[in-house]
Amino acid sequence: MSAPAAPAGRWASLWGLAVVPLLLLGAVLAYLVATGGGLKTLQGPPVEQLNIGRVTLPERGVIQVQVVNDGPQTVTVPQVMVDDAFWSFTADPPGPIPRLGRATFMIPYPWVEEEAHKVALLTTLGTVFEAEIPVATLTPQPGRDLFLRFGLVGLYVGVVPVVLGMLWFPWMRRLSAGAMNFILALTVGLLVYLAVGTYLDAQEFAAALPAFWQGTPAVLLIALLTLGVLLALGSKRRTEEAPLGLSYRIATGIGLHNLGEGLAIGAAFALGEAALGTFLILGFTLHNITEGLGIVAPVVRQQPKFVQFAWLALIAGGPAILGTWLGGFAFNPVLATVFLAVGVGAIVQVVWEVGRLVARNTAALGAPLVGWSTLGGFTVGVALMYFTAFFVKF
Amino acid sequence: MSWLRSFLSRRDVLRVGAGGAAVLAGSAALGQGRTAHGAGHAEAASPGSAVPAAHAGHGNNLMVGTVNHKRNGFDPMAMLTDWDWGKASILPSGQTLREYTMIAQNKDIEIAPGVFFPAWTYNGRVPGPTLRCTEGDRLRVTFINQTAHPHTIHFHGVHAAEMDGVPGAGPGEIQPGGRFVYEFDAEPFGCHLYHCHATSLKRHIHKGMYGAFIVDPKGGRPPAQEFVMVQNAFDTNFDGANEIYAVNTVGFEFARRPIPVRRGELIRIYLVNILEFDLINSFHLHANFFNYYDTGTTLEPTSRIVDTITQAQGQRGILEFKYKFTGNFMFHPHISEFTELGWMGSFQVVEPEAYPAALKAAGVDDQWARRSRQGIAGGQS
Repeated sequence: MSAPAAPAGRWASLWGLAVVPLLLLGAVLAYLVATGGGLKTLQGPPVEQLNIGRVTLPERGVIQVQVVNDGPQTVTVPQVMVDDAFWSFTADPPGPIPRLGRATFMIPYPWVEEEAHKVALLTTLGTVFEAEIPVATLTPQPGRDLFLRFGLVGLYVGVVPVVLGMLWFPWMRRLSAGAMNFILALTVGLLVYLAVGTYLDAQEFAAALPAFWQGTPAVLLIALLTLGVLLALGSKRRTEEAPLGLSYRIATGIGLHNLGEGLAIGAAFALGEAALGTFLILGFTLHNITEGLGIVAPVVRQQPKFVQFAWLALIAGGPAILGTWLGGFAFNPVLATVFLAVGVGAIVQVVWEVGRLVARNTAALGAPLVGWSTLGGFTVGVALMYFTAFFVKF
Repeated sequence: MSWLRSFLSRRDVLRVGAGGAAVLAGSAALGQGRTAHGAGHAEAASPGSAVPAAHAGHGNNLMVGTVNHKRNGFDPMAMLTDWDWGKASILPSGQTLREYTMIAQNKDIEIAPGVFFPAWTYNGRVPGPTLRCTEGDRLRVTFINQTAHPHTIHFHGVHAAEMDGVPGAGPGEIQPGGRFVYEFDAEPFGCHLYHCHATSLKRHIHKGMYGAFIVDPKGGRPPAQEFVMVQNAFDTNFDGANEIYAVNTVGFEFARRPIPVRRGELIRIYLVNILEFDLINSFHLHANFFNYYDTGTTLEPTSRIVDTITQAQGQRGILEFKYKFTGNFMFHPHISEFTELGWMGSFQVVEPEAYPAALKAAGVDDQWARRSRQGIAGGQS
């Protein structure tokens, strides 16, 4: 007869059994470390790996390179080459870089404005790690003026188009139930486009991360986890009772997407390539205007207060400002990847919710879920995003 | 952030083509951002702080730190005058016999401060010993292969087919643990070369199996201060392109330690180009002109009053010149890339009375100076 639950006296033996594998694991590890486990002859040549993170030009005649050792062993960089020439440098901290360690190299090199340069780090074993400076220009220094200007850029590409899109609200209120359902399907379309775009952007950031972050699978997993958490939170909620809540969730998802856009814009301005800036800002404003439409679509039958519109606009558009500052002044590719991955999950969750709304509405109208109206709306939503993106993709 | 690439694409398309540009631009864009440059960097201790500021360098175009020549077992400066006359004796015919032993060994050598190269060597050094003899001498070179790969010695010169040191001739490739005696008469006189001719040829050469082979004319050459300079380079990451260029192996060694010479004294350089992967190398002398003896097989210059010569792979020659002025004078290939990647040095020209001090500053002794003037006389002892 086995006891249904372990009585108090059995606790010791219960935990004892749980600990046994751990003790054995410790013994195996100790054996491997101490003796090599009889595998010493299998050990290959040493592997050196460095991830070159940031290359900045903080002042005239100075190149700064930041690296992370994401390889399995310590790496030493005794020599540095710039443009195929050995060059003097200082390393901070000096000496070998341990696994997962960081170092910053300062190289007094007379780089040339608007020209390309190549930095190469030569390790003890002769491995070469290269980084490009595609267009040399002074890295912007944080300052009040630039701070304001970056904020303005974020305002133009984030807040302004969302607000403009929201101005369709009075027009949308006069639409028939069928037309409104078309608009909701359109919202699904544009959200799907944003989910795909945000995912691809996240993967692009992830690919540049040091290998140990495992960025590529992390993006997918963070997105799935976010989606799961949001779905679990939303499972107690009935959408038809809280359309404003749905609007807020759409705004949040779009906000995370716009944060990513802001990051990219800020990083590009940090490169000093502002020649295309105005054109791009125009393009983004046009591209993002549909976002406002999507945010207010669920609340067409409600009477939201003005302050709620303001909050929605801020949540959806404001992160673009924040992103521009972060991208321009304090870029962190790890955080950028995480933000964008969370954004993917958030957008997919609102796709799910708006999709259910569309399903309910079509059912109420007595139409099939996938009919010409919903499919048309979806297609127009994707097409609007796709074709307006022509202004921002080259 | 593909639109971000577009910020950069115009210039990149011009430069490297659209395909590669996207990746490079993308990663560099991510690299831009906050600048953490502050006062901390100035006092950050680093290998760079050990660089002597006073040497005849190229501004900041230098290697950081110094090479441990003791650990290497050879010093590029000592190699300049380190002639190997072999073990000399007289054969019954009256001919001089010179016996050498050459051992193929693997060795990690330091080719730039802190950078190690898994070299294949003759006698543990790169370049191998500078074999020197007189035209008509009998040479007997015992070759022992102590490595795990087959090797040979292929001498430039005139000899029987089985002494050619190539696969399929005579013993062919000398297998690991094997040995062979190469024997032939030294002819013609000139500045020659020997190297491993086992396959794959490129690898056996660029891994370090080569050296200078100088055959003096019977009547000798005019007295001079003589140096041997083997132009070589190293492909440290085995991508088929060299990372480090030098004479006598260590990049910028003679920029760190200029070679001491006396004003007005004739200088003779035995120049060998054993560069792999690059088709040509060259030699340019600052503030001077020289006479050049192509391959060294003539007693009359083949080019007069030139200041730059070009050598393709395996070409050699002898340079003769004197300095009119004292001071530091650079020499380097007039291929800027090679210069900036380590093949650069200078002569420190001094008045005769300042010469002992200059020797001391360069870290060499009287014996080094004596050897540099031994010329053909060294072979007679």
